[in-house]
Amino acid sequence: MPLAASRRRLALDALGIAVSAGGFGFVYGLAARAAGFSPLEAGAMSLLVFAGASQFAAVGYVLGGFSWLGVVLLTAFLNARHFLYGAALAPYLADERRPMRAAMAHVLTDEAFALSIAHFRRIGRADVPGYWLGAIGSTFIPWNLATLLGVTLGGVIPDPTRFGLDVIFPAAMGGLAVGLIVGRRELAAALASAVIGVSVSLAWDPAAGIVAGGLIGPLVGMAVPRAAGERDAETMIAFDPARTGFMGPGDPRPGNEVTPDGERPGAERRPEEGLP
Amino acid sequence: MSAALVPLAFLMGLATYPWRAVPLLVPGMHRLPPRVQLYLRLVGPAVLGALAAVDTMVVLDAARHPSFHVGWEWLAVGLCIAIVAIRKNLFVGLIVAAAGIAILRGLGLAPLP
Repeated sequence: MPLAASRRRLALDALGIAVSAGGFGFVYGLAARAAGFSPLEAGAMSLLVFAGASQFAAVGYVLGGFSWLGVVLLTAFLNARHFLYGAALAPYLADERRPMRAAMAHVLTDEAFALSIAHFRRIGRADVPGYWLGAIGSTFIPWNLATLLGVTLGGVIPDPTRFGLDVIFPAAMGGLAVGLIVGRRELAAALASAVIGVSVSLAWDPAAGIVAGGLIGPLVGMAVPRAAGERDAETMIAFDPARTGFMGPGDPRPGNEVTPDGERPGAERRPEEGLP
Repeated sequence: MSAALVPLAFLMGLATYPWRAVPLLVPGMHRLPPRVQLYLRLVGPAVLGALAAVDTMVVLDAARHPSFHVGWEWLAVGLCIAIVAIRKNLFVGLIVAAAGIAILRGLGLAPLP
């Protein structure tokens, strides 16, 4: 897909995510206010941690009188899934400068990952401006602004869950998962992880459930044979031309010429095209 | 204005950042074996699927004890997924999901979990 077209789709998806991030940031601000956080404390959490689930959990931990060590350890556990996001994006970003990657890491959330991996796959390479749009424009700015609004104005606004904001996050995650399902392996991984995630959550804790689903679900997907005619998924993100033949950006071989809008005229259509 | 929890926020940030940064900064992550690359490719739909399912079907009580939740939220999330699958439009899907739940709650049909 041409870069410009993919960026337009990214921007549209990012708009939906911004609504989600804004809604949840606001609810987080309300929760933090109810727990006695000052605007400075709630804002520092959103700015420095920038991980919604662990921030919500931290409000509960602080209210519950957890030690700081316990809060930090639980935060580390809850956010362990971000390692998988970084590992999945690493092949695309390998050629970016190290300081750039270090900065990108701070804003690598569920939403940023979902938007950027879909965008990268559509165009077959990394797009740094697209990453920033997905990470900062859709999430970082709305989340932080909404946190401050929630913690400062929360007392005069009725419960936002009455307006259905609590379903936006799971709906956004489900919708973005659909965009990444390009074959029966992805479908199997998503369904298996959902079942595993819910089961482990009920038996132990939702944070453990999400990590367990994220770790085991892909193994289930790998065990599923490809459908007839389905492309080998391994080739889609393999960036070593010498081994795989994949032509990354900058590869001068015929068929890899890049037009001004980022399109490779000779590039093979990818299964992701046509998906959000 | 209290700043007592700002150091905690900083420590929580320190506990979070390495998970995000290490795989992006460690050399060689782009030359992983194909099976590992396939695994990582499946991580996206897997984690997002788990997040959606857990957030819809599991609720925590005041003591953080999990329980299984069945409610209209399932329909709202399913509707959003269907709209994305058919119409390729996440924004519309989210609006429909949130509006549907808001209307049902306004009618007293979808109590908060």
